[in-house]
Amino acid sequence: MSAVVMNWIVALPELVLAVCGMAILLLGVAQKRENPLLASMLSIGALVLAGVLVVSGSRGQGYEGQLISDAFSTFLAVLILVGAALAIMLSLEYNQLQRIYRFEFPVLIVFAAVGMMVMVKATNLMSLYLGLELQSLAIYVLAAFARDDLRSAEAGLKYFVLGCLASGLLLYGISLVYGFSGSMDFARLSRAFATPASVSAGLVVGMVFVLAGLAFKVSVVPFHMWTPDVYEGAPTPVTTFIATAPKVAAMGLLLRTMIVPFGHLLAQWQQLVVLVSIASMVLGALGAIGQVNIKRLMAYSAIGHMGYALIGLAAGTEAGVRGVLIYLLVYMVMSAGAFAVILAMRRRGMAVEAIADLAGLSSTDPALALLMTIFMFSLAGIPPLSGFFGKFYVFLAAVQAGQWTLAIIGVLTSVVGAYYYIRIVKVMYFDEPAARFDVRHPAISIAGGATALFTVLFLAIAGPFISAADLAAKALFG
Amino acid sequence: MIYAVAVFAPLVGSVISGLFGRAIGDRAAELTSILCMVLAAVCGAVAFADLVWGGATPGVVPIASWFDVGGFRAPWALRYDTLAAVMVAMVTLVSTLIHIYSVGYMAHDEYPTYRFFSYLSLFSFAMLMLVTADNLAQLFFGWEGVGLASYLLIGYWYDRPSACAAAIKAFVVNRIADLFFVIGIALTFFRFGSIELSTIFAAVPSHMSDSYVLFGHNYRSLEVIGVLLFIGAMGKSAQIGLHTWLPDAMEGPTPVSALIHAATMVTAGVFLMARMSPVMEAAPIAKEIVVVVGASTALFAATVGCTQNDIKRVIAYSTCSQLGYMFIAAGVGAYQVAIFHLITHAFFKALLFLGSGSVIHAMSGEQDMRKMGGLWRKIPYTYAVMWVGSLALAGLPIFAGYYSKDAILEAAFSAGSAAARYGFVCGVAAAFLTAFYSWRLLFMTFHGESRAEAHVLAHVHESPPVMTVPLGVLSLGAIFSGMGFRDLFIGSGWPHFWRGSIVNAAGNNVLEAMEKVPATIGTLPVVMGLLGIVLAYAMYIAMPLLPNILARTFRPVYLFLLNKWYFDELYDAIFVRPGFALARMLWQVADATIIDGVPNGVASLATESSAQAVKLQTGSIAVYAFTMLIGLVALLSIFLLLR
Repeated sequence: MSAVVMNWIVALPELVLAVCGMAILLLGVAQKRENPLLASMLSIGALVLAGVLVVSGSRGQGYEGQLISDAFSTFLAVLILVGAALAIMLSLEYNQLQRIYRFEFPVLIVFAAVGMMVMVKATNLMSLYLGLELQSLAIYVLAAFARDDLRSAEAGLKYFVLGCLASGLLLYGISLVYGFSGSMDFARLSRAFATPASVSAGLVVGMVFVLAGLAFKVSVVPFHMWTPDVYEGAPTPVTTFIATAPKVAAMGLLLRTMIVPFGHLLAQWQQLVVLVSIASMVLGALGAIGQVNIKRLMAYSAIGHMGYALIGLAAGTEAGVRGVLIYLLVYMVMSAGAFAVILAMRRRGMAVEAIADLAGLSSTDPALALLMTIFMFSLAGIPPLSGFFGKFYVFLAAVQAGQWTLAIIGVLTSVVGAYYYIRIVKVMYFDEPAARFDVRHPAISIAGGATALFTVLFLAIAGPFISAADLAAKALFG
Repeated sequence: MIYAVAVFAPLVGSVISGLFGRAIGDRAAELTSILCMVLAAVCGAVAFADLVWGGATPGVVPIASWFDVGGFRAPWALRYDTLAAVMVAMVTLVSTLIHIYSVGYMAHDEYPTYRFFSYLSLFSFAMLMLVTADNLAQLFFGWEGVGLASYLLIGYWYDRPSACAAAIKAFVVNRIADLFFVIGIALTFFRFGSIELSTIFAAVPSHMSDSYVLFGHNYRSLEVIGVLLFIGAMGKSAQIGLHTWLPDAMEGPTPVSALIHAATMVTAGVFLMARMSPVMEAAPIAKEIVVVVGASTALFAATVGCTQNDIKRVIAYSTCSQLGYMFIAAGVGAYQVAIFHLITHAFFKALLFLGSGSVIHAMSGEQDMRKMGGLWRKIPYTYAVMWVGSLALAGLPIFAGYYSKDAILEAAFSAGSAAARYGFVCGVAAAFLTAFYSWRLLFMTFHGESRAEAHVLAHVHESPPVMTVPLGVLSLGAIFSGMGFRDLFIGSGWPHFWRGSIVNAAGNNVLEAMEKVPATIGTLPVVMGLLGIVLAYAMYIAMPLLPNILARTFRPVYLFLLNKWYFDELYDAIFVRPGFALARMLWQVADATIIDGVPNGVASLATESSAQAVKLQTGSIAVYAFTMLIGLVALLSIFLLLR
């Protein structure tokens, strides 16, 4: 480790993005007349710039082993930046109409993105926590962004309190790990656990706490309770954001933490991940059935999908990690698309969120109905849409790793899940039409169309994405 | 080439009248199919004459390739030998006559008739494919084709429930037999590596001692194959046990009964025995089974025929009985005799059916003989041809049946085995009964007091020429076919005539032996026939009250015969009702309860668990935090326990 010096260049994208964020903040404060559109555009620009830096940036370790820039972090960072940019883009009209059109909104998303990028690069429990908290704090504020709205404030508060509890668990776990092993560095921890038999009980208890803290962020059972309430209460663009980039970051962090420092203890934590994964898939499938609010439905859907993604981690193999990465990519795109459609649900300027509001959409707005149909079928995992391939690769990894139970339960819960996704299609195509929605903002059409194209064409264009995920997974197993 | 035209012309007729019948109208459809049949009949006759007198060499007419998969090869090809040519000539001729007759018979039908003619032609094509098949797959194609056409034609009046039931019954019973036939074909392929006839026949000697192990016993493969093929033949040829469909098949229009259920299709089983003679000759036990079943059928069907009152059913049982005779001949190794009887029977049985059709036509659809009587003055022509047909059937001298039936009994007598003797006894007894029920039919229908209702009687008229001319032609056949073909088929020149298309094993010289039977044996059938006629005269003309007295005195016997030995009731109790019960159970228990219940139950389970799953989601932050901590504790405990 002595060779590792500052090498701050590996954190260049994060540094640039953080500086940009602060600059936009200053600009916003300095301006006499608030101009959220400018701030949003600048933020998207900053995200794009960071994206360029991520892709072209140098690889290697930096900050004395606190951060690493590798194929894994690059893959996820790009996803995070895309997710963040999509969220800003989709927020414009909504925020304007809901009177929460402020320049702080994009800035908070930028800061959250910085935190997430740190998360996926962290190779030390300390930097891990740093990134996680930066992201979380920004999202707590975002969740309560519509501060005059009781539900939004409640959502922010709930998320904050429970998030603090999770952070507490995580910190306690970190301290246990540190106390029993004397290190917080991933590489050194990995070496310390090379012989699982000699690992002390305190250490693995610490590991379970760390797992619990991270499980909260990916919203899997039993740490999922916040999800439906926050999804429903938060302003829809914030929900869009929470449903996309942070999921990617937290799952990436979980992957790196479980595979790199705790990789040798696979046999110990595998069973836990299997349990959590099964519980999430089952709850995600069952919980959504009775929902009438589409955002709440998406929350349960997210719980279920994170359960599916965990199948790959439970496999504990390179193929499994690759499956998770592909799953994250596919899931992020299709859920962003689904939220774009949800954002288009508005009548006379007021957002509507009930599934019943979609009734007869096929006759009032066929294009939007088609988009939603694509996303719903994809979320249900029906070929040839991208959602199928996401599931396919994790199931494949599970079967290859001998985890038949997971794969079978995954398939069964997909069947149940298909029911509520396809119910939405049925409502759109077969129910008596409700009043038509307002005219769509072009940003929504563009984002929805692009994500739908990706979802439909994934079969044809999957090659580069899959090889990138392959590289990323290899980097983790290095 | 001419041979191929004979086979395929009916197909053309069927397709044109079937697919375009609606467009071109009934008249044109009838004309087309008849012209195609006439063409086929001419070509069939020419091909036959060419082979027998013209010096054409037997061979195979290749048509196209069909199956060619690995070692399994089955091309479309027409086998051109005496056996096939005889059948082609007979089928096309009889079919043509029946096509023509149908124009008159179906004239008053309420439906457009193009469908009927299309089916008839389709049947003829399938039958021709059957008899000209060069491999077992093609034979089976024809076999199933005639089955299909038979199904369609029995159920032709599809708005009559009884016709639909009869069609289904015919199809299902045949299907049972077909299963054995298919297994027989499969075993043949398994043993011989081919289903092409010439390959099989050539390889028979090298498989004489092959055996299959079935149910722990060793059986000679050739015996097994022979028995399986015979069971298939039993279905098509309505032999005892699998005969139940044939009487019911009389629900179809009478020309159908004449063509399919008397002259041609039902003889397919006999043809199969002759066609497979090289295999059957190597299966003596199977042959004995053939004799016993055939003899039993001949006697059984004749007894039932004596008590039936439906004019067509009497003839139907007569057909059953005559087929039994043919199997006796085939079983004792005299395939040539079987085919001879097949040909003569085709003429006189078609004649009888068409004649009865003419009676029914005259009686405005009435089929019950108890409501007829005294018709001979009103329809003398029909009366005359029915006499001819009955004389031929009863086997009185000069008429066709005399030569063929006589030959069968002589063959059975001279074959010598116990089974053959049983066949002989049954055959003689059946000859007596045959004459009895034939004249019972004649007397009940044409003599005595008329028992018909007045308005029916007023309508009675002789059939139009389009019907009577075919009857005349068939009458000629019924009179002269026995006399004319006897020498050719079974006379001393038979080896030259058959030219190896039928094989008699080395030790099988039935055909020579039957020439030397005592003269008393030769005259026995005639005597029995005359006795039968006398008895019928006594019972239905001289003492018309006698039948009733007998029926009352021997009531159990009478009922037993009237109810056809209770075969239908037996099958109903053994197969049909348990089958329905099983099906009902599978429907109500397996399908409605289990198959439907599982998904419905799972669905309601999912909905209910959904309600339970979200119950915890109270919105209270304390509950959420508590859940998280409980979850953590649970994970920790599991972890520490499993570790």
